[in-house]
Amino acid sequence: MNEAPKIALTDVAKAFGSKRVLRGVTLAAAKGESLVIIGGSGTGKSVTLKCVLGLIAPDSGVIRVDGEDVARLRGAARERYLDKFGMLFQGAALFDSLPVWRNVAFRMLSGRKRRPVREAREIAVEKLRRVGLGPETADLFPAELSGGMQKRVGLARAIAGDPEIIFFDEPTTGLDPIMADVINDLIREIVTEMGATALTITHDMSSVRKIADRVAMLHDGVVQWEGPIAALDDSGNPYVDQFIHGRAHGPIEALR
Amino acid sequence: MAAILLVQSFLASIGRTVLGVCRGAGSIAIFGADGVSHIFRPPYYPAEFGRQLLRIGWFSLPVVGLTALFTGAALALQIYAGGARFNAESVVPSIVAIGMTRELGPVLGGLMVAGRVSASVAAELGTMRVTEQIDALTTLSTNPMKYLVAPRLLAATLALPALVAVGDAIGIMGGMLVGVARLGFNPAVYIQNTVDFLEVMDVVSGLVKAAVFGFIIALMGCYMGYHSDRGAQGVGRATTNAVVSASILILAANYFLTEFFFAGA
Ligand SMILES: Nc1ncnc2c1ncn2[C@@H]1O[C@H](COP(=O)(O)OP(=O)(O)OP(=O)(O)O)[C@@H](O)[C@H]1O
Ligand SMILES: [Mg+2]
Repeated sequence: MNEAPKIALTDVAKAFGSKRVLRGVTLAAAKGESLVIIGGSGTGKSVTLKCVLGLIAPDSGVIRVDGEDVARLRGAARERYLDKFGMLFQGAALFDSLPVWRNVAFRMLSGRKRRPVREAREIAVEKLRRVGLGPETADLFPAELSGGMQKRVGLARAIAGDPEIIFFDEPTTGLDPIMADVINDLIREIVTEMGATALTITHDMSSVRKIADRVAMLHDGVVQWEGPIAALDDSGNPYVDQFIHGRAHGPIEALR
Repeated sequence: MAAILLVQSFLASIGRTVLGVCRGAGSIAIFGADGVSHIFRPPYYPAEFGRQLLRIGWFSLPVVGLTALFTGAALALQIYAGGARFNAESVVPSIVAIGMTRELGPVLGGLMVAGRVSASVAAELGTMRVTEQIDALTTLSTNPMKYLVAPRLLAATLALPALVAVGDAIGIMGGMLVGVARLGFNPAVYIQNTVDFLEVMDVVSGLVKAAVFGFIIALMGCYMGYHSDRGAQGVGRATTNAVVSASILILAANYFLTEFFFAGA
């Protein structure tokens, strides 16, 4: 891993009021790598992704993607920057005024990546198929779908533009185990076949083992441990051990 | 000593409020200017604009029409009663027309649409904010100011004058209905009277007011929704704030526009 990392966070800190969520996160992902972020609820995993996307401005620290400083991007440069990304939001965040296929094809219906409507629709239906949804879902509205189906539409939308970098915020929560495995395979495929760089947040350990090249554990606002997936089981890190075995007792305090 | 502290804290709270209002006004002005600038810069979203025009204009017609109808009718009764004191019942048609076009058409129409549209725009954008749809737009390289705010501003600014023009006509008709059915006017004379006394400026000033009110309605709805706090409560607050602030700004703007158009005349 000698080349410059695709995504590099250095000492990123963010507080909401008096609540210091990130206290100096340093993290890097190489091109074509699948990095999984694990950590307890409310430790700032989603906030970390939003900082990289520029949706939340960090209080301090530097975030570079392809060497570009995210904080300096404005206007058209920012839109070009965001063209590299696909993002699956934790709550799917589908546009509920648009039918499913227009959600998935959103990028292709206006702006720089505009395609003819028929073609955009065909691509949308194909992406829906990849996440296990039939063509009959294309014309439904998001409110008519179950939570797990919405999540998969969100996933289809994230991969629709064939982005270089994909963020998945809990892609398998709310899915049945079989569908979760389909999605895990899909994420793996996207990384291996398309050479995309993926950052995934998940609580699901079987998912971690399936999709991760490397794992980072976030707790108390810093990365407590980071290493290849093979080293996860004997990391020797008490936080990681407690998390992967799901124990109530250990250095991570579970309030009761 | 205690009294001084009390006065101090009282003054401080006044100062804080003034600062807060100034900050709010500044940030609304910046938001509005940004939104307007996106109306003129590509890419454009004509489908979004069309949807908003339909929603703000077409679907507000019944509300504005009924408001105007009953207002015109009541106005005719009042002016007749007032005019009778000076044996001047014959002014009813002209005063109803002037009152509707200059003042009541735009103001009441604006207030009714503020209740309908500011609230629904604020609730819609607030929900989009809370469910991260606005963030999702950004990550799809789409500027929410351009995709969400600009079409609503433009649609409301164009729709309100049209609505108020229809409202003016219905209001004058409402006045005529009462005038003919209850006050014993001859229909032909009533219409003749209305046409003779109404000036172009009466109507135009009302329509300009309506355009300004339309802009205010969309701006407050968008601003409050866009900056909604998290959760259902946040969206609820945004909705209330949008309606209240739009209504007050409409009434304030109405005074200054009236001053501008008619103070010298
Ligand atoms: N916009 C915001 N305003 C205020 N506080 C926020 C905001 N976004 C996140 N937070 C706070 O930051 C903390 C971390 O949130 P985040 O969503 O990153 O958690 P997470 O690690 O993704 O948790 P989960 O696994 O439950 O999704 C939470 O305590 C949350 O309340
Ligand atoms: Mg999260």
